[in-house]
Amino acid sequence: MVIVKAVAVTGGLGAICGALLAFAAKLFHIDVDQKVIDVRNALPGANCGGCGYAGCDALAEAIAAGKAPVTACPVASSQAHEMIAEIMGTTADETEKKVAHVLCLGCDSLASKKYEHRGVKSCKAAAAVQGGDKSCNKGCLGYGDCVKVCAFDAIKIVDGIAVIDKEKCTACGKCIDECPKAVIEYVPYKNNVIVGCNNRDFGKAVKDVCKIGCIACKICEKNCAFDAIHVKDNVAKVDYDKCTHCMVCVEKCPTKVIEGKIEAKKEAM
Amino acid sequence: MELVSLFITSFLVNNIIFMQFLGVCPFLGVSKKIDTAAGMGIAVIFVIALASVITYIIHHAVLVNLELEYLQTIVFILIIAALVQFVEMFLKKSAPGLYQALGIFLPLITTNCAVLGVAINNIIFEYSFVESLVYSIATSAGFMLAIVLFAGVRDKVDYADLPESLKGSAISLVTAGLMSIAFLGFAGLQL
Repeated sequence: MVIVKAVAVTGGLGAICGALLAFAAKLFHIDVDQKVIDVRNALPGANCGGCGYAGCDALAEAIAAGKAPVTACPVASSQAHEMIAEIMGTTADETEKKVAHVLCLGCDSLASKKYEHRGVKSCKAAAAVQGGDKSCNKGCLGYGDCVKVCAFDAIKIVDGIAVIDKEKCTACGKCIDECPKAVIEYVPYKNNVIVGCNNRDFGKAVKDVCKIGCIACKICEKNCAFDAIHVKDNVAKVDYDKCTHCMVCVEKCPTKVIEGKIEAKKEAM
Repeated sequence: MELVSLFITSFLVNNIIFMQFLGVCPFLGVSKKIDTAAGMGIAVIFVIALASVITYIIHHAVLVNLELEYLQTIVFILIIAALVQFVEMFLKKSAPGLYQALGIFLPLITTNCAVLGVAINNIIFEYSFVESLVYSIATSAGFMLAIVLFAGVRDKVDYADLPESLKGSAISLVTAGLMSIAFLGFAGLQL
C-alpha cells in the first residue's frame, strides 16, 4: 500500500511538472527566422568579433535582417560568403584576402634593449614604462598580447618578436587593436615582399638600436623598376598593387629588412 | 530581529560556498568574468528562492500529510529540475541577453547542490515559511557575494606572474581556499 502511494505521488508530481513545462514551452515559444539559423551555420562560429558585432549570432541576425553585407565576416572563406549570399538570395562580391603582419624583424639577437623588464609579462604593461624595454620605440615588444587575443592560434613569439602564420590568420583584426605599439598591419595575402620595420628614424639612429632596421637609405627605391617601393617618413613601404615580386629590393637592401623569398623570385618582365 | 540575525548568519557566517562548500562547481566554472558571475548569482538567487517556496509547500502540503517524508530528496530534485527548465524558457523569451551570457551554466543550476541543499536545510532546521524564504534568499545572496568577489580576484590573478604549474585551475582553487579562510573570520559573529 505504501509503495503504491509513493509511486502515485512521485509519478503524479512528475506528470504535473511535465504538463506545466509543455504548457510553458507553448507560452514562451519564440519564432526563429530560418534564415538566421542557416546564416549562423554558414559562419565560422569563432565569435571573434572581427566583424564588429558581438558574435556570430549577432552578425547572423544582422545579415538576415539585411543590415550587414553578406561578406561582413572577414574570417569566413569565399565559399562561406557564397553560401551566405545564396541563403540571402544575392551574390557575394569577391574581396581580396588580407592577413595581418608584424612590421618588425628586431628579434632579441638583433635589437638592443634599454632596460630589463621584470614586471607583468604583457606588452601593454611594458609599453607603459618609457614605451617598452626595446631601444627601438616602434618595434614589437614580444610579450605576446597579440598571441593571447588571437582566437585562431595564428601568432607565435619567435626569439622575442611576434610572427603571424599567414595560413592561419583570418584578418579578424584583434591583434591590430591589441598591439600597444601599432606594429601590426594588414597586407594582401598574395604579397610576399614586405618591409619588416616600423621605425621612423633615419640612418644611424636606427642602426644604434637595431641591426636590421630600415635606415631610409632609398637604395630599394632607386633600384625598383616598377615604382613600387617608396621611402616615406624614413621607412620604406611597398606598394602592394605595383609590386611584381622581382625581389630586386630584397637583394639590394643593405640591412636585409625587406622580407621576401629570393627563391620565389619572378623574372621581371 | 530574529529574521535579520538569520539573514546575516546565512549570508556571511555560514556562507554557502566558503563555509558549507555547496555549489562549488558553478562557483569555479562561471567566475572568469565579473559580469557573468553577477548574472549567475542573480539566476541562482531567483531559482533558490522560487525552489525553496515550492518545495516548502510541496513538503508540508503533500509529503507530510501522506507520511512520505522519505521521498523528500527525489521529489525535490524533480521539482528543481522542472523549475530550472521553466526559468530557462522564461529567460530565453524575456531576457535573451542574460540567457546567452549564462549559456551552458543555466541548465547546470539543475545539478547545483546549493539549490537542493537549501531546500533540504529548510526542512531539517524546521523553519517556518517566512524563515525559509529569508534563509534561501540570504544563502543565495551569499553565493552571489562569493562568486562576484572570486571573479574580481581571478581578474587580478590573471595578470600575476605565476609559475607554470600553478596557472589556471590550480591557482583558482588556492585562491578559493584562502578566501574561505578569510570568511572564517565571521565565525562566532553573534547578533
